[in-house]
Amino acid sequence: MIEMTHIDGEDKGKVVLYALSTCGWCAKTKELLAELGVEHSYVYVDLLEPDEIEEALTEVERYNPSGSFPTLVINDSRVIVGFREQEIREALS
Amino acid sequence: MNDSVIGKEELVKRCEEVARDAVQGGYFLNPDTDFTKNLVRGLMVNEQRYGYPACPCRIASGKREQDLDIICPCDYRDTDLEEFGACYCALYVSGEITRGEKTVGPIPERRPPRSMRKTVSKAPSGNVPLTVSLPVWRCRVCGYLCARESPPLVCPICKVAQDRFERFL
Ligand code: SF4
Repeated sequence: MIEMTHIDGEDKGKVVLYALSTCGWCAKTKELLAELGVEHSYVYVDLLEPDEIEEALTEVERYNPSGSFPTLVINDSRVIVGFREQEIREALS
Repeated sequence: MNDSVIGKEELVKRCEEVARDAVQGGYFLNPDTDFTKNLVRGLMVNEQRYGYPACPCRIASGKREQDLDIICPCDYRDTDLEEFGACYCALYVSGEITRGEKTVGPIPERRPPRSMRKTVSKAPSGNVPLTVSLPVWRCRVCGYLCARESPPLVCPICKVAQDRFERFL
């Protein structure tokens, strides 16, 4: 299991963000989650140890075959790839 | 992996360099200076971490030969600029976006997924209908072509390193 950072907030279901610490769109997505005040977990995949990176990438690819970031997964089913502000707002409103 | 620390002055200097290179090459940087600065910081962090400025918005493998296509400026920059008005990270943007006539939206990942990636070819890329007296090399970033025994150490047009060239003919 990859360790995630948990952020408290309003319960809108299980919200998981896979991000990179260096990526501008990931930062914007993280800010948006903070602004919306929803409970979520996130992980900066680039900061993990090599074997954990592999595990995290395989997990991301399951939801988003291109393996790109940010990948936002809501309730293990709805997947939003990239900083799609409107879509994220609607999904978590 | 520990996150790296980038000095303020170093960052300002690098931002100026990136901006100067962009102007010289006919490119535009994202006018959102905070956003741009963070991306340049990301490039510097990756340079410290991996030894080359891998794209801040993509996960690097740490092996240069596997990441050649995503060393900034990446192989995908110009195609994305043309189609979406910005590179994948939105560090580079089109003139329209700089002038505020258009805004940047999310840009789909053009890099093939891990399972479909090919390594850079040192053999000619297609059928070669003619015989050439020297191999022809193509810069994968800007398309510059030259006929010589081996590619130049640095692309004279876009300044990327020798290993960004592929055999064209
Ligand atoms: S998308 Fe390409 S050109 Fe843009 S910052 Fe990333 S590596 Fe550089």
